[in-house]
Amino acid sequence: MQHDDVIWDLIGNDSFCSYKVKTKTQQFCRNEYNITGLCNRSSCPLANSQYATVREEKGLCYLYMKVIERAAFPARMWEKVKLDRNYAKALEQIDENLIYWPRFIRHKCKQRLTKITQYLIRIRKLTLKRQRKLVLLSRKVERREKRREEKALIAAQLENAIEKELLDRLKQGTYGDIYNFPIHAFDKAMEKQEEETESEEEEDEEEPVTREFVADDGFEESDLSDFEDMNNLKGSSDEEEEAEEESSEEEESEEELEEEKTKAQSKGKAPLKGPIRKKRAYVEMEYEQETEPAQKSKAT
Amino acid sequence: MLYSDKRGKTKKVKRKVKPDEAPVQEMDQAEGEETEKKSVSGPCFPPTFSVSEIKNKQRRHAMFLKLKEEKRKQKLELKKKKKKERKALGDQAPPKEVPKTIENQRIYDETTVNPEDEEVAFDEGTDEFSAYFSRLTNPKVLITTSDRPRGRTVRFCEQLATVIPHAHVYYRRGLALKRVIPQCVSRGFTYVMVINEDRKVPNGLVLCHLPDGPTAHFKVSNVRLRKEMKRRGKDPTEHVPEVILNNFSTRLGHSIGRLFAALFPHDPQFVGRQVATFHNQRDFIFFRFHRYIFKNEKKVGIQELGPRFTLKLRSLQKGTFDSKFGEYEWVHKRHEMDSSRRKFHL
Repeated sequence: MQHDDVIWDLIGNDSFCSYKVKTKTQQFCRNEYNITGLCNRSSCPLANSQYATVREEKGLCYLYMKVIERAAFPARMWEKVKLDRNYAKALEQIDENLIYWPRFIRHKCKQRLTKITQYLIRIRKLTLKRQRKLVLLSRKVERREKRREEKALIAAQLENAIEKELLDRLKQGTYGDIYNFPIHAFDKAMEKQEEETESEEEEDEEEPVTREFVADDGFEESDLSDFEDMNNLKGSSDEEEEAEEESSEEEESEEELEEEKTKAQSKGKAPLKGPIRKKRAYVEMEYEQETEPAQKSKAT
Repeated sequence: MLYSDKRGKTKKVKRKVKPDEAPVQEMDQAEGEETEKKSVSGPCFPPTFSVSEIKNKQRRHAMFLKLKEEKRKQKLELKKKKKKERKALGDQAPPKEVPKTIENQRIYDETTVNPEDEEVAFDEGTDEFSAYFSRLTNPKVLITTSDRPRGRTVRFCEQLATVIPHAHVYYRRGLALKRVIPQCVSRGFTYVMVINEDRKVPNGLVLCHLPDGPTAHFKVSNVRLRKEMKRRGKDPTEHVPEVILNNFSTRLGHSIGRLFAALFPHDPQFVGRQVATFHNQRDFIFFRFHRYIFKNEKKVGIQELGPRFTLKLRSLQKGTFDSKFGEYEWVHKRHEMDSSRRKFHL
C-alpha cells in the first residue's frame, strides 16, 4: 500500500534520502522526475503517489504522469505524453491532461515547460553564432613542446645567424653604395696582403712611419659630431677619392687605415652609436688628409 | 662471515685506489691492510657482482661513487692519449670528428627543396603569391584578435602593427571571420592576421592570405612585448624593414616562408636599418626584430627592438579561412609526427 506520509517521514526533513542534496540554506532533490528540484513534501516524487513532471529529451518536451493505480507496477508507472512544439498548444495539452489535478502540480508543470522552451530557444540561437571550440591541452605535450622550444632556441643561435646573414648581404652588395666599406676587390687585395711574408709587412708598416697624418690647421673634431654631416662628408670624400688616381700605395694606406680603425675599435667596448661616430670622424679625418700628399707632390 | 667479507672489501676500497676487480678477502683486517692488490691470498673471483647487489645503501652508494670515479679516470686517460697521438701526428692526424647534433641527424625529408629544382620554381611562379612576387600587389595587413581581447593581446597587436608596415588593427567585436574576409577583400587587404587569446595571453595566430590564398594556423608562444626587452633601443621607425628567412628547406617550409615574405613590402628601406627575422629551427619559427649597424665590413652590431615571439605551424589550409570545409594541405598530427625526435617538417 502506498502511504505517502510514512514515506515522507522516512525520507523527508532531516532524514536520509539518497536523492537529497543539502546546502546551508536549502535542500535539493536530485531525482530526475522532480518538478521543482527542491526537496519538499509536495515536490517529492517518492512521497507523492499522484505526480506529474515535464521533461525535455533532444529538444522535445514530454509530460510524465504518475497515478496511484500504477504504483504496484514500477515499469509502467510513468505515463509519457509528447507535448506539442508550439508553446501555447503545449500548455493546453498540459491543462487537458492534468485536468482535476492539484493546482500546485499543474502550475509547476507549466512553469517548467516555460523554462525549458526558453532555454531551447537560447540553445538554437547560440548554435547559429560562432562557438568557441575548446581544444584540450595535454600537459605532457605542452611540457614537451616547451622544452623542445627552449632547446631549439639555444640551437638556433639567432644573433649569430642574423649577423652572418647581414654580413653576407653586405658582401653580395645588396646594400649598394650606402656603406663605405671596401668591396670584394679590396677584400682580395687585403687577403693577398696578409699572405705576404713578414718582411713585406714590415715594409708596409714602415710607410705610415714616414707618412704621418697630422690634423689640418682649421680642423676640429667637434665639427664632425653631427651624423648627417658625416654622411655628406663621406660622400664628398668619396668623390675626392674617385677624382684622384690612386696608386697601389693609396690602397695600402687605406687598408692600414682600416686596420688602425679596427684596432682602435677593438680597444674600446662601448655601445653602438656614440663612439662609432667618433671613430667615423677619425676615419674622415684621415681621408681628408689623403689629399695632402697629392698636393705635396704637386708642390714638389 | 658474509658481513665481515663485505666490510673487508670496502675497507680495502677506501684505503687504496683500487680497480674494479675486488678480491674477496677472507683474512683478517690487519693482513688486509698490508697486502697489496695483486698479492692477495684467498680466492679472488671476477667481478660478477654488480654494485646493485650490495644491500646496504650507504655502502652501495660508496661503491658506486668509486666505480664512477674509475670510469671517469679511464675516460680522461683515453682523451689524453688521443690528444697526444693527435699532436704527434701533426698534419696527418685524422680530421676531428664532428659531434652529432639534432640538425646533423635529421631524417632526410623527401620534400626538401633543391635550389635548382625547376618544378618548384614553376610552382612558385604560379601559386597564390606570384602576384606579390611579381610586384603586382602591395601588402596591406589587417590585424585583429579573438573576441574580447585582454590588455596584453591588444598591446601585442599594436606593436605588431608598428613592425609590419601598412598594417591596421581592428577590434573584432564578435564578427564572424567568414563575413570579415569578403569585406577585407573588397577593401583591398592582402592579409588578415587573427591573434587568438587564451587566459589573457596570445596563444594562436591565424594568417590568411586574402585573394583566396592559403590560411596558416600557428601556435604562438613566448611573446615578449617591447617593454620587456632588455637593452632595447628606441621604437621602430616607419621605414620598411628587411626580411630574413632562415632554414625553410622543405616544400612546406618554402610555402610558409613565402607567406611571411609577402607580409612585407618589396623594397626595404636600407636607411632604416631594420630587419625582421623569421628563423626556423626544428619546426619552431622564431621572430625577431632588430636594428643593425655595420661597424666595419666584418662586424655588425644588432640591437633588438620590437616584439619577439615563436610560432609553431599547426595547419595549412588551401583556401581562405574555413575550418569545417576547407581543404587542408598539412595538419600537424601529434601521434604521427611527434614520434621521432629527428624528423622535422618545415
